[in-house]
Amino acid sequence: MKYIDEFQDPELARRLLDDIHATVTRPWALMEVCGGQTHSIIRHGIDQLLPKEVELIHGPGCPVCVTPLEVIDKALEIASRPGVIFCSFGDMLRVPGTGRDLFQVRSEGGDVRVVYSPLDALRIAQQNPDREVVFFGIGFETTAPPNAMTVHQARRLGVTNFSMLVSHVRVPPAIEAIMSSPSCRVQGFLAAGHVCSVMGVGEYPELAERFRVPIVVTGFEPLDILEGVRRAVRQLERGEHTVDNAYARAVRPEGNPAARAMLEDVFEVTDRAWRGIGVIPDSGWRLAPKYRDHDAEHRFSVEGIQTREPAECRSGEVLQGLLKPHECEAFGTLCTPRNPLGATMVSSEGACAAYYLYRRLDITNAAREATPVV
Amino acid sequence: MCLAVPGKVLDIEERDGTRMATVDFGGVVKEVCLEYLPDLQVGEYAIVHVGFALQRLDEESAKQTLELFAEIGLLQEEFGDAWDMAAEAGGGGTLPLAGEDVVEEVRK
Repeated sequence: MKYIDEFQDPELARRLLDDIHATVTRPWALMEVCGGQTHSIIRHGIDQLLPKEVELIHGPGCPVCVTPLEVIDKALEIASRPGVIFCSFGDMLRVPGTGRDLFQVRSEGGDVRVVYSPLDALRIAQQNPDREVVFFGIGFETTAPPNAMTVHQARRLGVTNFSMLVSHVRVPPAIEAIMSSPSCRVQGFLAAGHVCSVMGVGEYPELAERFRVPIVVTGFEPLDILEGVRRAVRQLERGEHTVDNAYARAVRPEGNPAARAMLEDVFEVTDRAWRGIGVIPDSGWRLAPKYRDHDAEHRFSVEGIQTREPAECRSGEVLQGLLKPHECEAFGTLCTPRNPLGATMVSSEGACAAYYLYRRLDITNAAREATPVV
Repeated sequence: MCLAVPGKVLDIEERDGTRMATVDFGGVVKEVCLEYLPDLQVGEYAIVHVGFALQRLDEESAKQTLELFAEIGLLQEEFGDAWDMAAEAGGGGTLPLAGEDVVEEVRK
């Protein structure tokens, strides 16, 4: 599809929806991998516009959500140390660790600072040579290259008081893990457009072939998502399973080679625990040995911190598409954005928070209608 | 977290041996690293994520994306005060249900 001229053009939305309605003949379950897409889908009611046969399962593509509790606890421990300036993106502030979050560490006197870019954290380190400056480096393949470049620059400029707490995750191994699960219901994927703008699409044909699922690279705006769904449904109805790029205005097949080269230099692939899911082999990046001087886990000796997830939070099932947020007993009662049990309720890209923000009234009304009047 | 916003390059300079640009995101101006798109020129648009230009974008696409983001408040989420937003977080249901109009239009 050439670029849509008017995003909010209802006529175009109708045409895409009509095509999906005309194409679909049986139930299909698609997973949107990216939390940004989940947010957009719920916010714009896209799932409610689709034919009832097309189900969207919300995947694990919110880096805030899948960061393991023990990594949050490591961050809280480092941020509480005297003399440390702890820098983070804003969306990690309220992710609960064991009993508290970064917001609370700051209120207790910790020097926690929100930065827009990891380079801002590096600049803070240059301006404060007598302090240890630590950046919380989480995210998928979109965020990893900026963080890699920042570590590279710290080394190049000799900023020895800068280190990074790294917990990066990679999408393709997560797709592999989801498809390998016996309870997997996913028949097609909407791949995350911005991840692919960095990584290209080279990792996906093998997955599409092995698991016989269409993988459609999809953008984030409502009509992009409709187009991604339309192409995935079309493939499923035809019995095809190829990699298709529905976000060509931002994604080239090779991605961004300079960014990929920097990832290779600064990071090495490692097994990574995903919150609520568990360890997925080769699904993460850590700093390569030659950059160990800038590894905050090593510098602050927090490698040994281990934390168990709270049993009552079912975010793991939500993240794998086995449970809809409002089907969890704690949703909206024990667990709200103000008092989140798990990270899917903290981040606006988490499926639970998206449902809470945009669906609470629908869910409440549905429950009321379902309750017999005594 | 994974939001990447299109912006227009206003000017470019070398700083500490790094190619940096001033980029305009629909009125919000930020410093952006160009190391991953070294041949990006003044006047061009790129998708920017956490202060790094990651991929070129044509002007028309960029403008329309920015308009949509401004309309649904995503620019505020990306560039607003994170401490304020974290302090206010949890006010679920107080936000306008963006997209309702579109849903309504399509359902008609």
